[in-house]
Amino acid sequence: MAATVGIVVFPGSNCEHDVAEAVTRLGATARLVFHKETSLAGADAVVLPGGFAHGDALRPGAIARFSPVMAAVEAFAAEGGPVVGICNGFQVLCEAGLLPGALQKNRGLAFLCQEVELVTVSERSALTADVPSGTCLRVPINHFEGCYTAAPEVLAGLHERDQVVVRYADNPNGSAGDIAGVSNEAGNVVGLMPHPERASHELLGSEDGNVLLTALLKSAGRPAAALR
Amino acid sequence: MPAFEVLVEVTLRPGIADPQGATIERSLPLLGVGGVSGVRVGKAIRLTVEASDDDEARRVVEDLCARFLTNPVIEDATVSVAAASMR
Repeated sequence: MAATVGIVVFPGSNCEHDVAEAVTRLGATARLVFHKETSLAGADAVVLPGGFAHGDALRPGAIARFSPVMAAVEAFAAEGGPVVGICNGFQVLCEAGLLPGALQKNRGLAFLCQEVELVTVSERSALTADVPSGTCLRVPINHFEGCYTAAPEVLAGLHERDQVVVRYADNPNGSAGDIAGVSNEAGNVVGLMPHPERASHELLGSEDGNVLLTALLKSAGRPAAALR
Repeated sequence: MPAFEVLVEVTLRPGIADPQGATIERSLPLLGVGGVSGVRVGKAIRLTVEASDDDEARRVVEDLCARFLTNPVIEDATVSVAAASMR
């Protein structure tokens, strides 16, 4: 049976339909979940899409993390369900404490909207399961606050526990350790600044994002997710 | 209940890169200003808090800082409570 992907919509999210289109083309069922809902209604995987939730007031993700739906997302993640935050969604997951670290203004203080080359690192995260480490992917970024920051001991722990999911081949924003995406210790919660849904069709210039989204859909059917 | 004017100053923690502060500092010579260094950019948040005394007002705001107003990974906060005014 096709996996159902719950896509959380905060006020100011703007990539939810792109994610829905991309996962639908890969055979999944997409369901938009409004931030005021308290249930994920049977989703097999959850995506927090990009955008500017609550206008990035205070800090990106700082207000969205208190949305009613986030309790359901946290419970889903605690049971091993795959959760992916893309761009603003990554910022929300860090603010919520579901992922370590924080995202600061880009080192060069420029809003970056460009295709970048990513290199996969972990082979066990919900977004890179069974993707050979070192796989190069062309995927766009589109952010102002994407400089990944964490304390040195946290960064060391990320490498030790295989929590670096993707890194930049050529660091565009000053992120520590060239990190473009990380996971929690279990690997089922992943956040990344690049937008795989914007590299999901040849008309978009790259289909490489499908490698990540396909891994996510595969993760959605795994036993950890079935524990719910 | 008295109301307290509270000022929260949010600053980046020591060791966290501050590209805005660095950019401002680099621009100072263009203005002919020397001898200024250590420029750090933060933000100020002003709140009016109803509380029985200034200790309670401070507790309320410090709790807000820890849970919401700052991201402890990268930011610190300094809380200043001004004298009460009756509402």
